[in-house]
Amino acid sequence: MKRFGLMTGLIGTGMALAGALPALAQEAAANVTAAVVASPAPAAAASAVNAGDTAWVLVSTALVMLMTIPGLAFFYGGLVRKKNVLSVLMQCFFLMCAISLQWVVFGYSLSFGPDVKGLIGNLDWAMLKNVGFEPNADYAGTIPHQVFMIFQMMFAVITPGLIIGAFAERMKFSAFVVFMVLWATIVYDPVCHWVWGIGGFVRKMGALDFAGGTVVHINAGIAALVAALVLGRRLGHPHKLSPPHNLPFAVMGAALLWFGWYGFNAGSALAANGLAGSAFVVTHVASAVAGLAWATMDVVFNRRMTVLGLISGAVAGLVAITPAAGFVNVGGAICIGLGAGVICYLFVTFVKEKLGYDDALDAFGVHCVGGIWGALATGLWATTTVNSAGANGLFYGNPAQFIIQLKAVAITVAYSGVVSFILLKIVDALIGLRATEQSERIGLDLTDHRETGYTVLD
Amino acid sequence: MKYIVAIIQPDRMDEVLERLTASKVHLVTASSVMGRGRQGGIAQVYRSHKEAGNLLKKMKLEIAVNDDYVKAAIEAITAGARTGEVGDGKIFVLDLEQCIRIRTGETGGEAIG
Repeated sequence: MKRFGLMTGLIGTGMALAGALPALAQEAAANVTAAVVASPAPAAAASAVNAGDTAWVLVSTALVMLMTIPGLAFFYGGLVRKKNVLSVLMQCFFLMCAISLQWVVFGYSLSFGPDVKGLIGNLDWAMLKNVGFEPNADYAGTIPHQVFMIFQMMFAVITPGLIIGAFAERMKFSAFVVFMVLWATIVYDPVCHWVWGIGGFVRKMGALDFAGGTVVHINAGIAALVAALVLGRRLGHPHKLSPPHNLPFAVMGAALLWFGWYGFNAGSALAANGLAGSAFVVTHVASAVAGLAWATMDVVFNRRMTVLGLISGAVAGLVAITPAAGFVNVGGAICIGLGAGVICYLFVTFVKEKLGYDDALDAFGVHCVGGIWGALATGLWATTTVNSAGANGLFYGNPAQFIIQLKAVAITVAYSGVVSFILLKIVDALIGLRATEQSERIGLDLTDHRETGYTVLD
Repeated sequence: MKYIVAIIQPDRMDEVLERLTASKVHLVTASSVMGRGRQGGIAQVYRSHKEAGNLLKKMKLEIAVNDDYVKAAIEAITAGARTGEVGDGKIFVLDLEQCIRIRTGETGGEAIG
């Protein structure tokens, strides 16, 4: 609540911090004196650590970890062909390792460290210097700063992971590694700072993004589209590709994503409180409704519900509710879920087909399109009755919020789109992005990793 | 000696095996295969994208028999696999040049039994 509540407090007034502190204080008052929270002295703040809040954010961190591996890994892994299943699992697992290291060495500092002109954090917190047991009241006043740091780490890991869906089955692993480390540093960290970092300029605009609609989903989703365009289509696309090799994997992955998303969204309250409960409820409801909506669209256009449709819808709903989770009530969640299922379905079914690019697993169609819908919908259905530190949306008498949301979306799409394009071109020039045609035919499992996912031998 | 290859519907497998056993034909190798015949297949749809390939699941039986058992084996497979619908499958009968039992080194008709 603190993190995002603050964001809104800033609208037009620049009083966010001051405005939200009483809320922090109120919560803390249950256990400690309010004065402690307001105090800038780290020693005093240390006593503000709340056991319940800390426990919940630690559990949430583990839940969000689970979203990347095995959640996203198996969701994507099941949707590719047999010969590429390991390459996708490898990419997800590799990101968990690589970005975790990047995050503690300098990524966290760039994202959340002391502000430089509203654009980026400085390196004061590199190697987690100054990130210790004491809470940082700017971000989360009742949990140790390190806990906030590692919770955020899991977001930094999964975001590049989402892009994998676009270039699956054809990107060289070496190029993947170089691109992802660059992308995490030059795209994710700055955008994260703009939206969530103290002093970040999008945050100052008053944009609402509870758990990462812009930072995570739109950011990754637009990079995914650019990657699909730069890499080009897979051999045989669109009509000569085998179907998903293991839909049960995809179902398991989607279910784990849904499960982990409770940590993603409800954990973003950064406290074990009513707002976390509310975020949990609307997250669940939006996902359920979006699954039903996509499945219904399937019946309308294809006469049958499909398993892949149902789970795709549920994931689209989770994407869309992410920015809104701390600001909307259950009515808003139903509308957002419905919109996510219908819009993402129409996009993936008709628009993608028409445009002809090969977003292999619909990373753009689900995460960017669903993310944009969610970010804008937050500007429609947000209400201060859910989160007094938030803002009202268009349907609650504040059309200005919708415009702010629109701006935040446009900024993210423009920056991530352009810089992702440049990074891909640089990596392409340096080492080449695309696997050779022969590798692609044989499959990346064998050519990039010298392993196969399945064998006929016992 | 003959080598019988039969392509049948997967759900007829148990019935065919029972009838082969009743006809004293014990040697069978079975594998799960994909194939198509005149009946075509069922188009699959993934995220509204229709897949072109439409092979259907079948079982392939491979049976080596001495000449005396050819008729019985064919009758057992036919009786067990027939539903009367398109897609019941095919039986191919090939001449078998040699057969060697690996454990004993026996060859020919002795080895099949």
